[in-house]
Amino acid sequence: MLEPVKDTTGAPFWEYAARGELRVQACADCGELRFPPRPCCPHCQSFAEEWRPVSGRGRVWSYVVPHPPLLPDYAAQAPYNVVVVELEEAPRIRLVGNLVTVAGAPLNSLDPGRIRIGARVHVVFADGLPQWVLS
Amino acid sequence: MTLKDATAIVGIGRTPFARHLAEDERTLACRAVLAALDDAGIAPGEVDALASYTMEETDEVELAKAVGLGDLTFFSKAGYGGGGSCATVAHLAAAIASGQASVGVAWRSRKRGSGPRPWTNTTVQLPTPAQWTRPFGLLRPADEIAMLTRRYLHEYGATRDHLFNVALACRNRANQNPAAIMYDRPLTREMYMSSRWISEPLCLFDNCLETDGALACVLVSRERARDCPNTPVYVHSAAQGLPAQHHGMVNYWNDDPLTGPAWTAARHLWKHADFTPQDVDVAQIYDAFTSLVPLSLEGYGFCGRGEGGSFTEGGALEIGGRLPINTSGGGLSEAYVHGFNLIDEGVRQLRGTSTAQVPDATTCLVTAGEGVPTSALLLTNRS
Repeated sequence: MLEPVKDTTGAPFWEYAARGELRVQACADCGELRFPPRPCCPHCQSFAEEWRPVSGRGRVWSYVVPHPPLLPDYAAQAPYNVVVVELEEAPRIRLVGNLVTVAGAPLNSLDPGRIRIGARVHVVFADGLPQWVLS
Repeated sequence: MTLKDATAIVGIGRTPFARHLAEDERTLACRAVLAALDDAGIAPGEVDALASYTMEETDEVELAKAVGLGDLTFFSKAGYGGGGSCATVAHLAAAIASGQASVGVAWRSRKRGSGPRPWTNTTVQLPTPAQWTRPFGLLRPADEIAMLTRRYLHEYGATRDHLFNVALACRNRANQNPAAIMYDRPLTREMYMSSRWISEPLCLFDNCLETDGALACVLVSRERARDCPNTPVYVHSAAQGLPAQHHGMVNYWNDDPLTGPAWTAARHLWKHADFTPQDVDVAQIYDAFTSLVPLSLEGYGFCGRGEGGSFTEGGALEIGGRLPINTSGGGLSEAYVHGFNLIDEGVRQLRGTSTAQVPDATTCLVTAGEGVPTSALLLTNRS
């Protein structure tokens, strides 16, 4: 499987995820959330940041089911789902992830026929990566 | 100073298109550039400007040396893969109109058909922004666009039949074009609906070809164009588009992900044009994936938001329809050379030499990739 290639700006997201926390970068001056992480705030141009805990509840904004040709680790699990989840408290913050049956389950553990746009989901963690399960 | 009709495309050239060509990309680039100059009746030594894509692997130094270009006073590269196609022409038009150069060549050479297949090996390098997508198996451009497509279908009630209409129009035009990869391969609805998935909701026929080939075109000033052998095709308007808060092809982090770069490019394009979408006779719309076409139809103002799917109904995209598109077969059925074949086909339409000619066409829209920072041209033969 591909590991996230972290940069300085994005590293805190993965550090919190490794501790089982979902946090999103926010401007420490104007408070606007932003994702993906960036060096400064596009609303007020402040470089002050904080990492704000979010509820981990959201809804499926869209999803796909990839089929081969794919990288070998992914081809072995195909067809699997990839979802975009919009956060309940900040619908314009959207996270790419996978909808699984339980934390740590394979990418193809949930029947894609059960996925619907708008379905309520919540975050779980496995091996430092956020995953999503149906609520 | 204005760009409007100040420059014209006076030469086009291409190599054959195939899944596998024996020659390397640099050789193919040389062949396409020399063919375009020959078509323009201009000697290589007169060329003083070059433009291509940042992903073009034939270095301008090597190209200029190989084909015997003159002293170059302008060279540029446009970014974002298929989003750069029309920008190459736009950059040359600006350079010539502003006196930076007098004869410009834009080109693209690509061996995607026989090149490496990054999705089947493990040594692929992850660009840093991919940390937010690829670990989760959102690996390929097809997956990224399929995600937008699913949301588009959900939001507006568009259907796979609408995507099929796009694939069919391109295939029907390719069936008229002996140079097209799919010249002798008709497409039916049954073939489309029963084809294998690439990334649901996109099936095999929603995806462009993988092709080896090269194309080029030659630009000069309006005055110089009168001395060239072919009908001048004027660059009436040109634009690039990188929307605020855009994020590559994974455009899910905009406030409104279904209004992509086409909307940004279109605003500038129409602001500087003497005509409107209603006056466009034929369009070459970037079609790496079928669903980019309804998005572009909306973005460039041929219909309202959410109406791109229904616009494709009733043969609207076919010859004789409201807006014939991709009349050489496009990326879906002629060749996928990062959209450069759409530029050359736009020129053929306005010369009256297309294999699927729209009668008396005088205006053509050409677009670059939607979903990535893009570019577009309005071409006309009205002098």
